[in-house]
Amino acid sequence: MARYGMVIDTTKCVGCMDCVVACKTENDVPQGYNRDWIAYDTNGQHPNLHMEIRSERCNHCDNPPCVYCCPCGASHIHERGGVVLVYHDKCSGCKACIAACPYDARFIHPEGYADKCTFCIHRVETGMDPACVSVCPTYCMHFGDLDDPNSGVSRLLSSRRNHPLIDEAGTRPQIFYLT
Amino acid sequence: MNSLSRRKFLKITGAAVGAAAAGTTILKAGGSATSKGSATGIRRVPTYCDICFWKCGTIGYVRDGVLWKVEGNPLDPLSKGRLCPRGTGGIGAHFDPDRLRAPLMRKKNRGEEEWVEVTWDEALNFIADKLQRIKIAYGPEAVALFSHGIGGNFIKHTMKAYGTPNISAPSFAQCRGPRDVGFRLTFGEDVSSPERTDIRNAQCIVLVGSHLGENMHNTQVQEFAEAIGKGASIIVVDPRFSIAASKAKYYLPIKPGTDLALILAWMHVIVREELYDRDYIGKYAFGFEQFAAHIQQFTPEWAYPETGIEPEIIRTTAREMARYRPATLVHPGRHVTWYGDDTQRSRALALLNALLGSWGRKGGFYYPVSMDVPAYPYPPYPKPKREMVDNPNRKYPFAHETITTGIREATLTGQPYPVKGWLVYATNLLHALPNEQETVKAIQKLDLLVVIDVVPSEIAGWADVVLPESVYLERFDDLNVEWFREPFVAIRQPVVDAPYEQKPNWWIARKLAENLGLGHFYPWSDIEEYFKTRLSAVGLSYEELKTRGIILGPKQPNYFHEGVPPQFPTPSGKIEFYSRQLAQAGFDPVPMYKRPATGPPGYYRMLYGRAPVHSFSRTHSNPILSDMMDENEVWVNPVTARRHALKKDQYVRLRNQDGIVSNRIKVKITERIRPDCVYVVHGFGHTARGLRHAFGKGASDAQLITQYATDPLMGGTAMNVNFVTFELQET
Repeated sequence: MARYGMVIDTTKCVGCMDCVVACKTENDVPQGYNRDWIAYDTNGQHPNLHMEIRSERCNHCDNPPCVYCCPCGASHIHERGGVVLVYHDKCSGCKACIAACPYDARFIHPEGYADKCTFCIHRVETGMDPACVSVCPTYCMHFGDLDDPNSGVSRLLSSRRNHPLIDEAGTRPQIFYLT
Repeated sequence: MNSLSRRKFLKITGAAVGAAAAGTTILKAGGSATSKGSATGIRRVPTYCDICFWKCGTIGYVRDGVLWKVEGNPLDPLSKGRLCPRGTGGIGAHFDPDRLRAPLMRKKNRGEEEWVEVTWDEALNFIADKLQRIKIAYGPEAVALFSHGIGGNFIKHTMKAYGTPNISAPSFAQCRGPRDVGFRLTFGEDVSSPERTDIRNAQCIVLVGSHLGENMHNTQVQEFAEAIGKGASIIVVDPRFSIAASKAKYYLPIKPGTDLALILAWMHVIVREELYDRDYIGKYAFGFEQFAAHIQQFTPEWAYPETGIEPEIIRTTAREMARYRPATLVHPGRHVTWYGDDTQRSRALALLNALLGSWGRKGGFYYPVSMDVPAYPYPPYPKPKREMVDNPNRKYPFAHETITTGIREATLTGQPYPVKGWLVYATNLLHALPNEQETVKAIQKLDLLVVIDVVPSEIAGWADVVLPESVYLERFDDLNVEWFREPFVAIRQPVVDAPYEQKPNWWIARKLAENLGLGHFYPWSDIEEYFKTRLSAVGLSYEELKTRGIILGPKQPNYFHEGVPPQFPTPSGKIEFYSRQLAQAGFDPVPMYKRPATGPPGYYRMLYGRAPVHSFSRTHSNPILSDMMDENEVWVNPVTARRHALKKDQYVRLRNQDGIVSNRIKVKITERIRPDCVYVVHGFGHTARGLRHAFGKGASDAQLITQYATDPLMGGTAMNVNFVTFELQET
């Protein structure tokens, strides 16, 4: 079984938002909404500063509270790669998942359903990378099978210092940031 | 010039053979990446981008007849198939709800933005008639063309045929001009665009105020990330903790306006500790002894109170640069019109690179090459009877391009001769030139102001006639034959139709020429015939170019060690550490530092820069890009914020030293900037009523740039010489 995940190199990322723009055009994300975004984590006092820049989105958790809390069975784990998806037609727009998600990764689409990153599963299933990964001009984003020890993402994780986001929530997120 | 003969020598004659061979392998990659497209009937059209001047190879996707998305063209050496966010959001230019739709003629006074829609014939007849009258009364030189970007090539052609030499763009005197003059005075050649910086091979990269990653010059950002990945040592000098600073091993939070003092001190350390490339200097340097004697005075201890950078940090970073030489790139920057000493500061950067031996070396500055695609064999232009109007008596002796602000000055004063008509193509002069009021006053002197653009910019608001151009995804444009690492030629072609009455520049320019009785300057019947003529002259296939978007030429030498002859087309034929031509013209032959003026108490120096999702002031009504960032913020250090009782996200107005008050702008309180300056992203605060979706969002730095310092060498207008304070009454 594949376990899809992302590895993002924060040392290369310049926070240009190309990933955000590509997601919008690839997935027709409506104006005013984004499925991914940039976080600037700045610490210290001028001029002794440290800043981590991260391209963030749904973490496609292995232990996804958004799926467990969904009263309609709309939020679910996809049969391939453990990707967390939403059946638009089943979703009532109750926002339980939005409250449950520690990453604030979901929003209610103007058409009434909960929406978020799909890891571009429609592209992935035809052998392509997600749109965000495919456009990144810094080549800081990597997508692949975390269960395959020989995949690019696994090799990066075994060779570089990294961290996921809000690990303590116990959600077992599948996006890892190289530092 | 030596460099020209060398370049001619390097240009290839058998480009077609090499291009075909190079193209085949890469097309496979392009084909496989888009296999989904052909299966589902999605149409893909290669073209090149126009959201900025980098001109990346692009593939437009049309789904069910509607423009869907654009991606990079994998064949393109500039983008390598990956666009920047502006390029990726380029389809928003097509869908922009505010874009110009039909030709407009002014109904009321200039600047009142009251229009009547007219036909193309009416608009062009009116313009041609006015141009003929100006020609009769004042001569053809009395018309100036301001044109930015490759899209302007055809209107430039028409205006040269009309007989004016006064053709200009803000990219010289308001941007990269000082840099190109500084490097030209030193090495005999420009840095040019795309910059010949070998970032990907650099082991040490020094950025002085250059905010790579926020300015999204695609190739440079890609290579910067690649260099970081390979462990390059990054040194960033900036009053603001930029994105690039967050990648740096050494961040030097310099006092604004003192960069030249730091560069002189760096050179002092490198000379004093004999860390320079002795062999390189021995072979290629002119006047090194005089330079070395001059530089003795600029100790790190001298530079410390000027710059605020501690002497030990100056020494450590100078040694770091020397450690990796010649693969140390001291980046020349691009928008460098800052303080008025810009050419001399750029020359100091050139000299620092020369000490490190980086020019012509891997990891420094490569020698760009280009495809030999000849210009179209047009009839010769009429010879203007008068010199260009912008730089009378060579007041700025080292300007090698036309000075926009010089044309503005001549328009205002009527000296050395009157300027009565302005044509403005794709440049928003009110945001690009300093001191808006001077521009507006100059406009009042005109008999004709025509603006050709895709959006109703501020300058369009002052026009007599506004001509709507189709956006790049809807039009053919001139061939892109760039000087770059490898030779290539690229085509811009329509992906979709223009939605209203918009026309491409080539159509507008040609039609205007016909109306002026200059139709014989357009011997080709349509634009594709123009391409075929140029391409077939060197045996290149138009069909191949249309299909692939790009044809590559064979690899050629880029460095001295690959066989590029180390020639420097300066007066001495060497790298000029001491410049006799500067001394003869009454300037410092070796750069000198002058302390910058400070602002009034309670005011902060206003610095400005770029955001990665916008170009100039041209993208703010693009619905995709404005969704990424629809207003700018004023960056304020917490110390400054406390002093003025500013709160996070509060709206304030900025008042400059001349009492000009900005539009309201949100406060960003951040440790990422020094307390003695503030920072805004350029291009916001639109006042043009036609830009309904950008109107009034954020503040315009251009409006606050009432003061400017003119570079005495080349007429560049330095704009980081304005100071602002905060007005809080806004809630």
